[in-house]
Amino acid sequence: MSMKASTREIDGVTIMDLSGRITLGEGSVVLRDVVRDLLSKDKKKILANLADVSYIDSSGIGELVSAFTTVKNQGGELKLLNLTKKVHDLLQITKLYTVFDVKEDEATAIKSFV
Amino acid sequence: MTAKQVSYTYESTLETVNDAEDRAGRVAAEAGFSDDDVMSISMAVREAAVNAVLHGNAYDPSKKVTLAFEQNGKGLTIVVRDQGKGVNLDAIPDCCAPENLLKQSGRGIFLMRSLMDEVQINASSAGTEVKLIKHFPGTAGNFQEASH
Repeated sequence: MSMKASTREIDGVTIMDLSGRITLGEGSVVLRDVVRDLLSKDKKKILANLADVSYIDSSGIGELVSAFTTVKNQGGELKLLNLTKKVHDLLQITKLYTVFDVKEDEATAIKSFV
Repeated sequence: MTAKQVSYTYESTLETVNDAEDRAGRVAAEAGFSDDDVMSISMAVREAAVNAVLHGNAYDPSKKVTLAFEQNGKGLTIVVRDQGKGVNLDAIPDCCAPENLLKQSGRGIFLMRSLMDEVQINASSAGTEVKLIKHFPGTAGNFQEASH
């Protein structure tokens, strides 16, 4: 299953609903393109909803990290929402769990953006 | 138990990565591993295949990737070989060091080591061979014994 992405906006925060696999190739490219498109529209408060992301490989992790730093460097914030256990474990073992701001509830996550 | 061996040769393409991952998952499931172990094995093989195609063979159509499985009473061994220049392990930084956490790449081998019971990497000018070993539950540590 390849990755799909859609976006919606609540209170100035863009929620990026991702589903499928973020892996080398199409999945990573989709993520990169969506983030690039949002930044080009000056949308810099981004909440990546990973509830339906079943799998991330090292390339996908790299793409998430790249998105995080790209958004941050442009004065924005990218936070993660609703990690599955597998994705949570991956971020734990790669020590990235503390790098990302990870949220479990959408409403709380939206309010957390300044 | 008689060891079961099978090997496959692949082109250096992105499709190879997906095929290798799928095949590893099927072999691991048929071997009787739990769903979590099947996931770990297929992920580790995917990472090894990515390295073989992308970094080892650099998508060179004249170079092949081989994937070999061996199952015995102790577990499953998967060997992924490329025909690249041979990885320099000393040049791969610690991806979990604070100064490297935000680097985009360099986590593949670390993930393989996290997901499998044993990972052995042999590199030469003829290519890199990655041996991934997963023990059946209750057989950890007996693999060396079994090979004598």
